Amino acid sequence: MTSISHADRIDTVPDHFVSDRLARRGLRHVKERIIEFILFLAASVSVATTIGIVLILLRESFIFFQAVSLWDFLTDTQWTPLFADAHYGIMPLLSGTLVSSAVALLVAIPLGTIIAIYLSEFAPFSVREVAKPFLELLGGIPTIIYGYFALLFVTPLLQKIYPGLPGFNLLSAGLVMGIMIIPYVSSVSEDAMRAVPMALREGSYAMGATRFQTAAWVVTPAAFSGIAAAYILGISRAVGETMILAVAAGMQPNLTWNPMEPAATITSYIVQVALGDLPHGSIGYQTIFAAGLTLALLTLFFNVLGHLLRKRYRQAY
Amino acid sequence: MSDSPVRLQKIRALIAAHKRWDIIFGVVGLLALMVGVLTFAALFIEMAIAGLPRLSWDFFTSFPSRKADQAGILSAWVGSILVMAVTALAAVPLGVGAGVYLEEYAPRNWMTDLIEINVTNLAGVPSIIYGLLALGLFVYQFGLGQSILTAGLTLALLILPIVIVTTREAIRSIPGAIREGAYALGATKWQTTSDHILPYARGGILTGVIIGMSRAIGETAPVITIGALTFIAFLPPAPVQGEFPFLSFEWIMSPFTVMPIQMFNWTSRPEAAFQHNAAAAGLVLVVMTLSMNALAIYLRYRLRKKIKW
Repeated sequence: MTSISHADRIDTVPDHFVSDRLARRGLRHVKERIIEFILFLAASVSVATTIGIVLILLRESFIFFQAVSLWDFLTDTQWTPLFADAHYGIMPLLSGTLVSSAVALLVAIPLGTIIAIYLSEFAPFSVREVAKPFLELLGGIPTIIYGYFALLFVTPLLQKIYPGLPGFNLLSAGLVMGIMIIPYVSSVSEDAMRAVPMALREGSYAMGATRFQTAAWVVTPAAFSGIAAAYILGISRAVGETMILAVAAGMQPNLTWNPMEPAATITSYIVQVALGDLPHGSIGYQTIFAAGLTLALLTLFFNVLGHLLRKRYRQAY
Repeated sequence: MSDSPVRLQKIRALIAAHKRWDIIFGVVGLLALMVGVLTFAALFIEMAIAGLPRLSWDFFTSFPSRKADQAGILSAWVGSILVMAVTALAAVPLGVGAGVYLEEYAPRNWMTDLIEINVTNLAGVPSIIYGLLALGLFVYQFGLGQSILTAGLTLALLILPIVIVTTREAIRSIPGAIREGAYALGATKWQTTSDHILPYARGGILTGVIIGMSRAIGETAPVITIGALTFIAFLPPAPVQGEFPFLSFEWIMSPFTVMPIQMFNWTSRPEAAFQHNAAAAGLVLVVMTLSMNALAIYLRYRLRKKIKW
């Protein structure tokens, strides 16, 4: 061991060497901070997107509502913004959206729930291993393909049962939309059911319950908050779905609660206008932002509802 | 005591009745699954019958036309590939960067919470709303026009939540010991991230990117909303050119069409001949998205099997 003191050792190291290392460390520090800042910017793009959506929808809708009163927008029963006799009542578009979504949910919620219960509680391992990726594939098919299928396969099929069914109708679009949504409902519900602790099932079996009783009366209620979230996700998908409706439901605004009729929805109206050649800044151009704002508020409403449901029924294990 | 065999029988009948429900539900569950399988089969067979005869080399190398039997998808698939290139170039760095930031760097504060809630909520925003955002912001505010750049950026924003969420999941599955090991050797945070975390998370990130891209390639509504044309009978300027400076970025501002829009255009025509074209385009589109999805599922499956920390 040498007996050089701390101070001596510092003295033996050349000055420029120390300052070099310090400078390098300082540089390294600066570089780290710059990288962190860049990554932070990447993360804030998502916030900027939300702000952008809100600002654009509000700004353009604000211009729209200077020309059309909110009262007319909500109560007028006609939506004819491109006609000489222009009416701006959102009700016809809203009814189309709600009817088609209702049909879709009547398909997706029962089937999605049954599939989730089956895959989580009944299916043998091998079935699950095949069914889950398959459902994922089903959810990955572009919606325009489903639109084609609804218009050219499901509608002719339904016309054999109901000969009076028009070529464009909410029913076949809604049915196909329901099948498209099944994977979303089933996968989120199933995750929720599988998260239910085994002890609950064991307790139920120990009381002599059968598999079905356990699934229906123990697992499903325990997973309710997650299942509700799955339903809400399904509703949001249905309300925001565009191409199936644009292709198969016709684009004629029609205030109806009958799924056998053709009708436009909020989304298919936006597509219809975008396909045409509306000048930027005209009232017709502004209508799609007002329609978009309505759609955004509708989805927001369902998301908040889902959030509340989840909070109300959440079970902690 | 005389009625006990009868009671026993009743109990047995009750148990049998309850157990019958197990079997019934087992069948109902399978039937519900079959609805999905049958729909998928019907969809595929219907499109194959209508579209397969149209699938030929000419179909891929012809522009759309007023004559159904001469029409092809050249401008559509070229457009799709170019738009996807822009989407990937924008979404991958942004999504992975955001995922890394949220997992490795972000302090626990309100800003981080805000970003996290935002990513979750953005995943639930209908895709057509992104189209309206792009129409107002990219097309008119930034003056990018109805170009490949606008479409690519729009779809990038759309798939950003998918990329962020899968990046985070991939990073989260890396054990803390890896980071501690790197720090113990004096590595900085970024050295740890770029030399250890990102390489190990690569597979998971790739899976998410592929799923996101397969979603983007099939998206129609936002691209229509920004005003993409449905009839394009020319190609964007080539990115590589014969004379100096050889690389050209003119294509990025060019008008375009994409596969799903071409299919939409043909589907909404009343003539059966065009609908056969739609089926053929649909087949190409479905094969593209399904093979991307299948690749992602396979990658994930392999990763899950291979990685043992």
